[in-house]
Order: sequence, then C-alpha cells, then structure tokens
Amino acid sequence: MGEQSIIISILAAAVTAGTPILYAALGELLTERAGILNLGVEGIMLVGAVSGFIAAVATGSCWWGLLAAMAAGGAVAAIHGVLTITLRANQTVSGLALTLFGTGLSGYLGKSYIGMPVPQAFKAVTLGPLSDIPYLGAILFKHDVLVYASYLLVPAMAVFIHRTRPGLILRAIGENPAAADALGFKVFTLRHLYVIAGGMLCGVGGAYLSLAYAPSWLENMTAGRGWIAVALVVFALWDPWRALIGSYLFGGVDALGFNLQVLGVTVPTFFLSMMPYLFTILVLTLLMAKSGGRVVPPGALGLPYNREDR
Amino acid sequence: MLVRFEKRLAPSPFMTVAVPVASVILALMFCAVFLAMTGRHPFELYGAMLKGALGSAYGLSETTVKAIPLMLCGLGISLAFRMQLWNIGAEGQFYLGAFAATWVPLTFPELPAFVMLPAMLALGMAAGALWALGPAFLRVKWRVNEIITTLMLNYVGILLVNYFVYGPWRDPKGFNFPLTAEFPPAALLPTFGGSRIHFGLLLALALVVLFIVIFRNSRWGYEIKVIGASERAARYAGMDIKRNMLLVMALSGAVCGLAGMTEVSGIAGRLQPGLSPGYGYTAIIVAWLARLNPVAIVLVSGMFGVLQVGGYIVQTFGVPASMVAMIQGAVLFFVIGGEMFANYRVVFPGVKGADKADG
Repeated sequence: MGEQSIIISILAAAVTAGTPILYAALGELLTERAGILNLGVEGIMLVGAVSGFIAAVATGSCWWGLLAAMAAGGAVAAIHGVLTITLRANQTVSGLALTLFGTGLSGYLGKSYIGMPVPQAFKAVTLGPLSDIPYLGAILFKHDVLVYASYLLVPAMAVFIHRTRPGLILRAIGENPAAADALGFKVFTLRHLYVIAGGMLCGVGGAYLSLAYAPSWLENMTAGRGWIAVALVVFALWDPWRALIGSYLFGGVDALGFNLQVLGVTVPTFFLSMMPYLFTILVLTLLMAKSGGRVVPPGALGLPYNREDR
Repeated sequence: MLVRFEKRLAPSPFMTVAVPVASVILALMFCAVFLAMTGRHPFELYGAMLKGALGSAYGLSETTVKAIPLMLCGLGISLAFRMQLWNIGAEGQFYLGAFAATWVPLTFPELPAFVMLPAMLALGMAAGALWALGPAFLRVKWRVNEIITTLMLNYVGILLVNYFVYGPWRDPKGFNFPLTAEFPPAALLPTFGGSRIHFGLLLALALVVLFIVIFRNSRWGYEIKVIGASERAARYAGMDIKRNMLLVMALSGAVCGLAGMTEVSGIAGRLQPGLSPGYGYTAIIVAWLARLNPVAIVLVSGMFGVLQVGGYIVQTFGVPASMVAMIQGAVLFFVIGGEMFANYRVVFPGVKGADKADG
C-alpha cells in the first residue's frame, strides 16, 4: 500500500510539474505552426510569472494575475512578431534577445516581491465522482483549475489544427506562406496573431509557476522550463497530444528527482536537479537518431516571409 | 501595404556602422521611458553608471575587468556563429573552464607558477572544448538542435560546479561558505600595475590578432565563411563540413573555457558559485552587435563592461541590477530590427502614386 501511494503521488506530481511546460509547449506549438520559431519562451514565461504574481498581489485575486500574465506574455511576444514578421529579423537571434530581455525585465520588476506571499493561489479542486475513480482520480482529478483547463485545451487545439478551416489556414501559412498569400489569406496579420496567442499561452505557463506550482516569485524561477518546452515541440512533432505526453514525461522526471530523496536514494540534490536537462538532451537525441526523416517541421518554419521575394 | 521593402544589392556601408550605434542609443531611450514609468530618474541613473564606470581609475579598471570575460566569450561565440552554429552554451563552457582550472591548484598546490598556470590554462580550455563538443557531435551525427543542447548544458555545468563547491571541494576553513580554498599565489594570473586587470586581457588581444589572421589569410578561415554562407556550396567545393563543425565548436568552447579559467585565476582566486553574472549570455549580444568582427568585439565588450559596472552602481540607488540585463536585451532588439534598414530600402508606394497623379 505504501509503495502504491508513493507511485500515485509521483504520478500526480508529474501532472502538476508538467502543466507549466505543457502550456508553454502548446504556445510554442501554435507559433511554430504559423511558421515562426520563437526561442523567447523562457523569457516570456518569466515575464508571465512575475506580472501574474504582481497583479495577484495588487488585486488579491489569482484570476487577475492570470489575466495579467496572459496580457504580458502576449505583449512581449508581439515584440518578436514585429521584429521577425514585419522587419524580417533573424528569428533565432530575436528569440534569444527576447529571453535575455524577459529575464532582465522580470528580475527588475520582481525585485521587491521576492519572498512575498501570494494572497490567493490556485488551489486543488476535487471534481466529485471523477476524483473518486480509483488511482486515476488521485492522479488526474485532484488538481487546480488550470490543470483541468489544460485537459480541455489539448483536444481543442488538436481539433482546431487538424479539423477546422482556420486550422487549415494556420497550417498553410506555416507550410507555404506564398501560396496562402496568393489564395488571399492575410499571412502577415495571421502570423502576428498566432505569435501573440502563443505568447499568451507561455504567459499562462509562467503564471502557473508563480500562482499555483510554487506560489511565490523567485528570480529565474522557470529554471530552463521554457527551453524544455521548445525542445518538447520537436519531440511532439508539432502535435498537441504528443505535447501532452511529453510534458508529463518531463514533469515525471522532475517529480522523480524530488521523490527519490523521499524514497531514501542518497544522490546529491545537484545531480537530481540535472535530470530534466540531461533528459531533454537524451530524448531529443533518441528522437533524431531513431526517426531520421520523420521529424519534419512546418515547411516555412524559421524563414521570414517576404512578399517581394515571391 | 503602407510601406514596401526593397532589397539593397549590397548592405549600405553607412547603415552598417550607423545601425549598431543608433540601436544602442534607441535601446537606452526605450529603457529610459520604462524606468521613468516605474518611478525612477533614468538619466540620473545613466549618468551615475557612466561616471562610476569611467570617471575614475578604479572605475576604468573595473570596467576592463568585466570586459575581459565578455571579450573572450564573445570571440569564442563569434567563431561558431560565423559557421551558423548556434553555440548558446558559453555560460556553461565558462563554468567548466573555471572548474577544470581549479582542479590543478586544489590537487597540486605545490606546483611552481610556470607549470601551474599553463596546466590550468590547458585544462580549462580542454574542459570548455569538451562541453561544446558533445552538442557538436550530436548535431553532426543526428542533426540534434545545438541551441537546445548547449543551453541545457549551461544548467548542468552550473549545477556541477555548485555540487563541488557546496560538497567535496568546500573549504573547511571557509566558515561554511560555499567556496573552495584560496588558490596559492602560483595559481594566480599576474595583474598590471596594482589594478585588478589581469593577464587575461593580453590573451584576449592575442586571440583577436589570431582570429584576424585566420579569417583574412587562411584557407581554413575561408572554409568557415563558405560553410556559414551556404552548406550546399561548401559540399560541392569538397569541404569537410562535419570535421569543420566539430573543430569550430571545440575551439569556440575552448575560448569560453579560457574565459572561465582567467576569471577564476585572475579575479576570484578560488572557485565559487555565481562566478559569472551571465557573461556567456551577454557575450551573445556582444558578438552580434559587433557583427562577429574581432576588433569590434573588443570595443563592444568595453561598452558592455561599462554596463556591467553600472549594474553594481545602480544597486546603491535601490535599483535591481537586472536593469542591466533588460537594457542588454533591448539593445539586441534594436540591432536586429535595425539590420533590416541596412539590407533593405524603405519605399512608400502610396506617396509615389500621389506624385504620378499630380503629373
């Protein structure tokens, strides 16, 4: 019984640890589907985390915090949009700039909030009979609202991308913007919109950290989760369902690190903390080595679209 | 569309210089607005930063001290960037260099300086090279994205150093602080004229000369340029792309490792956590702003040295030092946004149309 409950608690922890990564990965997935590579996820998450926290402290409500994080994430991502879509800047460098800027900005804004308690955090809500399902209930249905929202977001996004007309257009502007443009779709406008929407989701990922996962603000509290999310999109082959699986896998590695000590494994914490990063490298390598040609990103990913070059 | 962009046949030479200069000014203005909005006096802060960094002999020496690791990491990164290899791992390679260099005085404290320092240099460079070679190998073998792998290794490298300074290498006489024992004098790089400016400066300047020679006059420098411009063209020309990628990444990592070695041996005198306030990340901006030109890297590093020292100054005003990171990110935004205007001509079709209607 003891062992079983530990396994269940690790799996449940995998879901919570995976949720911020999931939001960020879904945001990046949407952006990349539109043909824009945004390496600024880490910076956007940090800005989302800090602005969510500040807004929650100011208003006393985590919901206002969430909204603020979405707005801030979208606003910062919009800078990337202007640079890469309108000004056709190098997407790699612009994303790196965004991460550096976001790290600095969040540190600047959050300095006086370090160590402050959040007045209201997202708390676990049980879902009646669903939470009573043996094993599954304890793993999946004893979480906060943001986790449940992500359960809905994944299928919604999968249906949107693969089964709807706007989703078809999204894929078109990411695969072949010139053809989409010729058909009369507003490539520039849509790309801007998807970059902003992706940024908003990354903002939610950040807010999940500061308002639900570890309700507090710490400088650089994302600790590379934004980069893991970027790697995860490749692993997910740009599919929301695979992003979900991947996020929980990473959440599991994270949770395992914590719990190994509880289980009495005497590995220094520094080595346990390395696991998610090494695991990211391992997973990416296995994927690339095994699949060869199967990893096909959206056709125009990373390339600026220039009407005059057509 | 309101405006149209026409590609220039060659980047405008005036813009090539004007864009980086204007970017820095615009970024400072952009951040000034932001600082004012959060209730600070931006120009008072900027003034204090400039005065603190350049207004005294001590300030100038501190600025140079901060510029040295930026120069070295910037040079290392620029080497990889020239081949379109995105080495974002300078921070980790820096820490690994410092780590490996520290092993020498901790294990053989009795060595004379003429053996100790070269050994530290060699080990630091080798460790940095190895830390970069892993991602390079994965990239060459299976096309694993080197941005992600080098970045992940930054976190791993820093955790590894922390493990040693908090654990096996912690100085028992260090009052429980996470520090290694102080290096013996033979493990310290010589400094100039009583200042903290150390021998690393000469190493960086020597590398600048070496890089100029490589890129201007050597066949290998030419190969790097061709591979960076077009892998396909390089392949047709029979160049060994894989070997060059491994070599360039290893060298890039070695130079960043060298930066870590000079910092630990020239400044800190012991290994400690937080040895770098993000030199490896700032160096990305330095390299890009300098357009990967070795001489320009020296100048830009000096400028960013001013920013780093300014970062310590603003703290006395109660402003968080992360303000500097914010300014640095903004500089990079304006540089890449401005590059557009160096490469394209802005045309206003609406205005032209109006002219025609008049005529």
